[in-house]
Amino acid sequence: MTSFLEIKNLHARVADGREILRGIDLSVNAGEVHAIMGPNGSGKSTLASVLTGKPGYEVTEGSVHYEGRDLLALAADERAREGIFLAFQYPVEIPGVNNMYFLRAALNAVRKQRGEKELDAGQFLKIVREKLKLLEIGEDLLQRAVNVGFSGGEKKRNEIFQMAMLEPKLAILDETDSGLDIDALRVVANGVNRLRDPRRAIVVITHYQRLLDYIVPDFVHVLNDGRIVRSGDKSLALELEKRGYADFVRAA
Amino acid sequence: MSAPMDTLDALRSGSSEGYKYGFVTDIESEQAPPGLNEETVRFISAKKGEPEWLLAWRLDAFRNWQTMSEPHWAKLRVAPIDYQAASYYSAPKSGPKSLDEVDPELLKTYEKLGVPLAERAALAGVAVDAVFDSVSVATTFKETLAELGIIFCSFGEAVREHPDLVRKYLGSVVPQGDNFFAALNSAVFSDGSFAYIPPGVRCPMELSTYFRINAAKSGQFERTLLVADKGSYVSYLEGCTAPQRDENQLHAAVVELVALEGAEIKYSTVQNWYPGDAEGKGGIYNFVTKRGACRGANSKISWTQVETGSAITWKYPSCILEGDNSVGEFYSVAITNNLQQADTGTKMIHLGRNTRSTIISKGISAGRGQNTYRGLVRVQPKAQNARNYTQCDSLLIGSKCGAHTVPYMEVRNSTARVEHEATTSKISDDQLFYCRQRGLSQEDALSLIVNGFCKEVLKELPMEFAVEAQKLLAVSLEGSVG
Repeated sequence: MTSFLEIKNLHARVADGREILRGIDLSVNAGEVHAIMGPNGSGKSTLASVLTGKPGYEVTEGSVHYEGRDLLALAADERAREGIFLAFQYPVEIPGVNNMYFLRAALNAVRKQRGEKELDAGQFLKIVREKLKLLEIGEDLLQRAVNVGFSGGEKKRNEIFQMAMLEPKLAILDETDSGLDIDALRVVANGVNRLRDPRRAIVVITHYQRLLDYIVPDFVHVLNDGRIVRSGDKSLALELEKRGYADFVRAA
Repeated sequence: MSAPMDTLDALRSGSSEGYKYGFVTDIESEQAPPGLNEETVRFISAKKGEPEWLLAWRLDAFRNWQTMSEPHWAKLRVAPIDYQAASYYSAPKSGPKSLDEVDPELLKTYEKLGVPLAERAALAGVAVDAVFDSVSVATTFKETLAELGIIFCSFGEAVREHPDLVRKYLGSVVPQGDNFFAALNSAVFSDGSFAYIPPGVRCPMELSTYFRINAAKSGQFERTLLVADKGSYVSYLEGCTAPQRDENQLHAAVVELVALEGAEIKYSTVQNWYPGDAEGKGGIYNFVTKRGACRGANSKISWTQVETGSAITWKYPSCILEGDNSVGEFYSVAITNNLQQADTGTKMIHLGRNTRSTIISKGISAGRGQNTYRGLVRVQPKAQNARNYTQCDSLLIGSKCGAHTVPYMEVRNSTARVEHEATTSKISDDQLFYCRQRGLSQEDALSLIVNGFCKEVLKELPMEFAVEAQKLLAVSLEGSVG
């Protein structure tokens, strides 16, 4: 049986022609948490961009199958509506657009795809309250414009809140720990842990072992120069922390 | 909460419809022969059975106009206009007396436009004066308003029934010779709306006029005069559409507002004249003079406009703040897509003490559109403690459009405080991707971002107009992102 997400020999380059991904192989099953680690420039964020359909990348070789379908044939918004969620490293500001309104438009787009009815304001608010309680975060961000004037911690919290609302099947967290102090990190990690679910796969992209103290992965992969050079269980992350990336890079 | 969703729906339906007001109504109409001379002016005046003083006023304007030349200071490229080729009077042949007598074809047109006439007007609580080409077709709700002493009727009727009021205020804010297009309008205006709110009366419903240019090769030169007497309040809505035609059509309107002591006028416009096609063929030339005078102390005039249509927009709704403590406001959204050009803004003239003005302008350029904000804030020597705050934001979509901001400030009193803030931004690929990654289509994402950008202005519109405006924004920007 093929995996929930099956990446085979994936090559991709950016607009200027540089090849960033140079043959990625990765299988992810529902219910699993995978951590992808690697030094700067190893291709971690590019992988997230290619999986979510961000414009500006060209896949030159290989394939990605998601629930048995050719993922690369879908537009970015179709992928999102099919249950792929990216928690952005740098969440984008949208001035004048109320955070709640934005989220309701997004949720209704996703629900429509699932064949569910659109939510009215009252039903929506009820779910918002439930999720806020689950994640133990306050209501303070809801009435502000999307990410405008948010602190680094607020932006990341908002990403996790959106993830809780949209209930994706595959969540990709791109350096969600960057720019967070230890308290904010704990809040965000707790949120993610509460969203662990046998029907949901989570891919955590990070530089540091630190986040993985809070979100304990089932698998750890080391990315270098556009390829996965080592895979293992959570102990690999600790080993990496101790020895640095240099050894792995050489080993590859 | 339902309004924003409508935007998305409109966008979806909009993409297949294009300019949905582009239909032409097949009605027999009576037209003046093309051309413009004193005879034309006399013809129009005679057709309308006007008194001698008004004919004299028109002729005065016409002679003025003949000595003037088109203004060319705006940042607009305008194809030469042949003023002798247009017809200056066009009226549906069946002269309607009441709503029941209105040509069913005409009523169907209004239905297509979604104008609430007849019972629909009652439901919506809107009193509509509908101007079709040059003649006001039917005015609803007149009786209800009359009980309060409010006069709301076509301009022609006002001339007949309330000549003293018309004579007192006509041209008192925009004189006949004010500018080339105002002079032209003063000479050949054919109809329009008139409203008078008596002292202390708060008009219980939104007064509304719907303008539509139907006949080919005819210009529309309507004139609106609104007088709010002491301590009164009125909110006035104006919507505009025109059929799709290959040639350019001229629209040169004049709007005059007078607010006496303690009175407040709120004037909202959604302008959706045919903008021309993607190659810039056809479309309305919209050269409009709008000005309000805050004559009395503590009076207030507020302009809100959403300008999505017209090939060319030349329009500067202004406030003359004569009364002490009077307030002027201007809220504007102007969109130019394809080859549309807009040169729009306001003038705030501070004459009285403690006068305050606020200007919020949002310009959106897409395609090869050119969008200019042009505004004047003038503080005269006697305007102690005058205050102005101006905010001009421009949003660019794509790389072939232009946004320009031309603020003029003339301050002749050292106690004045005048502030100007301006920003120019571009819808970023990152914003679009962020929205799409949350499941919104490209079009929905664009509409969301643009509505957010315009929010401060849209919230000034009455509710039902705000919904229409959001739909228009979405439709106007259709196809502007690849």
